[in-house]
Amino acid sequence: MGAWLNESMTWGNAFVLFVWAVVFLLIVLGFVTYAIYYERKVIGWMQLRVGPNRVGPLGLLQTVADILKLLIKEDTIPRKADRLLFILAPALAFVPAFAVLAVIPYTEKLYFADLNVGLLYYVALSGITTLGMVLGGWASNNKYALLGGMRSAAQMISYEVPLVISVVGVVLLSGSLNLRTIVAAQGDWFWQWNFLPQIIGFVVFYIAAVSELNRTPFDLPEAESELVAGYHVEYSGFRFAFFMLAEYVYVYAIAALTTVLFLGGWHPPAPFLDFVPGLVWFLLKFVAVVFSFFWIRATFPRVRIDQLMGLGWKVLLPVALLNVFLTALYLELFVK
Amino acid sequence: MIRTEELLLNVGPQHPSTHGVFRIVVKLDGEVITEATPVMGYLHRGTEKLAENLNYTQIIPYTDRMDYVSAMTNNYVLVHTVEKMMGLEVPLRAEFLRLIVMELQRVASHLVWWGTYLLDIGAMSPFLYAFRDREMIINLFNELCGARLTYNYMRVGGVKWDAPPGWMDKVEAFIPYMEKKLEEYDKLVSGNEIFLARIRGVGRYDADTAISYGLSGANLRCTGVKWDLRKEEPYSLYDRFEFDVPVGASGDCYDRYRIRLEEIRQSLRILKQAVAQFPKDGETMGKVPRAIRPPAGEAYVRIESPRGEIGCHIVSKGKAEPYRLKFRRPSFVNLGILPKLLVGETMTNLITILGGIDIVVGEVDC
Repeated sequence: MGAWLNESMTWGNAFVLFVWAVVFLLIVLGFVTYAIYYERKVIGWMQLRVGPNRVGPLGLLQTVADILKLLIKEDTIPRKADRLLFILAPALAFVPAFAVLAVIPYTEKLYFADLNVGLLYYVALSGITTLGMVLGGWASNNKYALLGGMRSAAQMISYEVPLVISVVGVVLLSGSLNLRTIVAAQGDWFWQWNFLPQIIGFVVFYIAAVSELNRTPFDLPEAESELVAGYHVEYSGFRFAFFMLAEYVYVYAIAALTTVLFLGGWHPPAPFLDFVPGLVWFLLKFVAVVFSFFWIRATFPRVRIDQLMGLGWKVLLPVALLNVFLTALYLELFVK
Repeated sequence: MIRTEELLLNVGPQHPSTHGVFRIVVKLDGEVITEATPVMGYLHRGTEKLAENLNYTQIIPYTDRMDYVSAMTNNYVLVHTVEKMMGLEVPLRAEFLRLIVMELQRVASHLVWWGTYLLDIGAMSPFLYAFRDREMIINLFNELCGARLTYNYMRVGGVKWDAPPGWMDKVEAFIPYMEKKLEEYDKLVSGNEIFLARIRGVGRYDADTAISYGLSGANLRCTGVKWDLRKEEPYSLYDRFEFDVPVGASGDCYDRYRIRLEEIRQSLRILKQAVAQFPKDGETMGKVPRAIRPPAGEAYVRIESPRGEIGCHIVSKGKAEPYRLKFRRPSFVNLGILPKLLVGETMTNLITILGGIDIVVGEVDC
């Protein structure tokens, strides 16, 4: 795939790239479909339930049926809603979710865009989704939605900052914002991957990432027991599906980013395991990260909004800054 | 200058965390509550008025539907009041059965509270664990009286059904199981930092406030007042058994949480003793006149339900139907303190505090 990107753009190349993009889109949609299934099964088992098992063999078609149901549902727009913004919001939430996927490298050869500021691109675009949520909450003209929208704005902004700063350490170590270079800079053995040398950064990144995903224990924008459904309470049918889709695409994106930044991307844990293709290693790590998100959801209660803010600004941010400082100090003293 | 407005938010009657059809109208300044007004009556069925046209046995099923999470104690308060008015003797075996089902009910009721409270706080799994264990108690009740929720089990002068063969062994087996599970839940939840941060110091009041608002049950005991009717005015056979009354100190949601968990432990302790002392045979129904007509007069009986002090006041004119019947429902009385507690709290704490009070809307509205 990487080879195609460097060739001059002819009709033939454009067609190939288009086909790849479609294939990739289908893979992501397939992931979302089965991530939901996976999540429901995992949480079901943790909670003494069986999870979906009726539609299709082993319930495999449950999500498909759910999506179909959403498609044929009536699309309601509250009369007092701001129509234009109400319609715009789901698109605004979900387009960046797909756009960030472009920079993620899967193996040495398989990647879709080789940006030298890949990491920056990711963080910058993912911030736009917040706008979609705030807009959705505002445009719905519903008090619960407004509270949810405001919460998500506060939360996403607060956690974007430690998230970005926590990866600065990784950037310093590898000397690049290019995600492929970052993977290449991580060593052959698993203890040389960034998650150990950058353990502080990794922990901060992970917590901030869970928060960015609006997942338990940081699922305040849609805190069911308080805000009913939060910012998307007035959305139905496929507009609602867009919000959900965006959320799960971000699960994909963040899990892939964690794998790339901290878990050595496509590297096998030890050099002699080289015979297994890199994509398999990538997928294994990726699935493990996704699983950890689900596991956390089944385990933790929800934090309160003021505690969330306190954690973000008073704990994660200073710790992330400290990590940057320590990394810089290490580089200055031992590497230079 | 920025102009700010207060937000009037309607929480309920259809809201996931108002435990049924309870409704609160709150005024919000940002996320801070400046005023809260509970609105009740969505589940009002006029039980007390209906009772005036029913004979005493017919009223029993209505009590099941008041606090439907703890139907056995409701049954008991009614039949016990009538028995007191008529001076009836209840056979020992029947009294034992009553006590055992009431304590099992307390465990089941607190389990429901525990699970739903954690669901309110945002943790999903404990809810399902709690319901698994509650299911075992419900199955026991089902075997005993054929119903899972609204038992209609007790009668004036005894109980309707004797325990089927082997039932007591199942109760006996349940006790160690539940003790083990409780330990597991303590490990899983009670030490969780997020959970503690959510409930410590939230919804705090002192003993004087609690007493002046007429609170009872865990809502009173969390302030350090040792008041449990099973100890203070022993009814049934409670004076025969050893158990402690757990009390708190700080009067916050955390204390209420600890007390309810400890009460499950104490109930299991009572159950253990009761099962051991359970008489091998005997009647389950005392000598009761064919028509139950308490002599003219009044009687008030109060007992300790899982939610607090439940009382029944009967005014009889010597007829088969009560002239007037009044229930003191702990959920309703305990709810009185809610508007006071909510002022100055956030939306999130509203759920924490409301959940901590432990209401059952069927009993609030009655």
